[in-house]
Amino acid sequence: MGESIVVTSGKGGVGKSTTSANIGTALALAGNKVCLLDTDIGLRNLDVLMGLENRIIFDLVDVVEKKCRIKQALIKDKRCDALYLLPAAQTKDKSAISTEQLRWLTYELKEEFDYVIIDSPAGIEMGFKTAVSGADRAIVIATPENASVRDADRVIGLLEKENVGSPKLIVNRFRSHLVKEGGMMDVDEVVSVLAIDLLGVVPDDEEIIWAGNQGEPIVLHNKGLASKAYRNIAKRIQGEVVPLLVLEKENKMVARMKKWLGFA
Amino acid sequence: MGKVLKPGVTIKGTKDGLLFLLDESRPFSVILSELQYKLEQSSNIWDGPDTRVRIKTGNRQISRSEEKELRRLFSARKNLIIHSIETEGKSDGGNMNPGIQMLAGTVRSGQVLEYRGDLLLLGDVNPGGTVRTTGSVFVLGALRGLAHAGGEGDESAIIAASALKPTQLRIANVVSRPPDEWEDSETSGMNFAYLINHQIAVDKMHHLSRIRPEIEWKENRFRG
Repeated sequence: MGESIVVTSGKGGVGKSTTSANIGTALALAGNKVCLLDTDIGLRNLDVLMGLENRIIFDLVDVVEKKCRIKQALIKDKRCDALYLLPAAQTKDKSAISTEQLRWLTYELKEEFDYVIIDSPAGIEMGFKTAVSGADRAIVIATPENASVRDADRVIGLLEKENVGSPKLIVNRFRSHLVKEGGMMDVDEVVSVLAIDLLGVVPDDEEIIWAGNQGEPIVLHNKGLASKAYRNIAKRIQGEVVPLLVLEKENKMVARMKKWLGFA
Repeated sequence: MGKVLKPGVTIKGTKDGLLFLLDESRPFSVILSELQYKLEQSSNIWDGPDTRVRIKTGNRQISRSEEKELRRLFSARKNLIIHSIETEGKSDGGNMNPGIQMLAGTVRSGQVLEYRGDLLLLGDVNPGGTVRTTGSVFVLGALRGLAHAGGEGDESAIIAASALKPTQLRIANVVSRPPDEWEDSETSGMNFAYLINHQIAVDKMHHLSRIRPEIEWKENRFRG
């Protein structure tokens, strides 16, 4: 029996789908059988980020309406053999599936997969409630901005009410130079407000936008910090203890000079 | 018999019921047994319609268990309804003072914590979260959201927090928000908010005893 993890944030545009795609891919690369489940019916994105849009035949709504078998709707990733995507429907809306249907679906998927990553829609309405209903665990995404932290806080409260076991936090789009200048909240500040365990910090990186538009999750190729951050998060999900990345990009030469001179 | 003792329990009839005066100078157990005797023995005079009872304890502060005992004695007479138990200078207007309630946890955005009486919250109140009580609010943690003390008009209620950084404060029916830029010196350390001249003021915790001398702790006060 696998585990289902919902990725949610409340606020839109903070990187739920990108995070789902990358964590899912990283878990699959580590040898797990992973299913990405897009519950953002009507506004599906996960297939685009994964570059699998043109392979969709059946979708989530077809599955719960029993128009096809689960296996028929699962799309195998073109790069990872152990990674599958169950896309959302684009023509329906959030009311097309119920919490019972999603609970049934995740239960069936957990039989087959080690991890079921549920990409939740933005907001706290029906779509969110449906997405959360199938989850064993939750990951809350927040960017270090006040508006995002407020929404994340609200969502954590709702998750507690829905009895989804202790949610974990990912701080996304972190810009260390902005924090230094005082223009962005520090990770410590975000964590102290939200008061939940930190799963990881992902730096803001233009490469992620590149990769998203190419339909290739960044963890597949890039050796950059963002990619490494996602892989570390995947390790922590599997229960490994990995220290947080140092996100400061200090010039190595300068750092070495400082060390010689006894400044650092 | 030497001198005639003033009775421990004096009963007076008033416009709206009966007034029980409990002598503060005698031990409470003596008062209770005298009260019990008076309530149980002179059976005929207690029969009648429902009567409101006010109890005055003088300067004696009675504990919750003592109050319970008192109420138990009165429960023997079904037509006697305790309206209030008053201590000199302090009246709780018929509501049983429930003491201070201690609760732990975070009040997150969108959540509302409501309580009748004084509340001690061990945890944070986040922006968008609300704590509302009829008494005072004490937060052992950061108060970043909205706190409303004295929700039913108690203007003596205060709001205190380890880190008082609220989005809004309300005491009784006065609403206030912090100035847009608080200086660090104002927010560092423990602060509390209170009502003065229909405005909410914030001050350092160690000034509380000066502003509310009636709750100031004093040496020897609770002895003998």
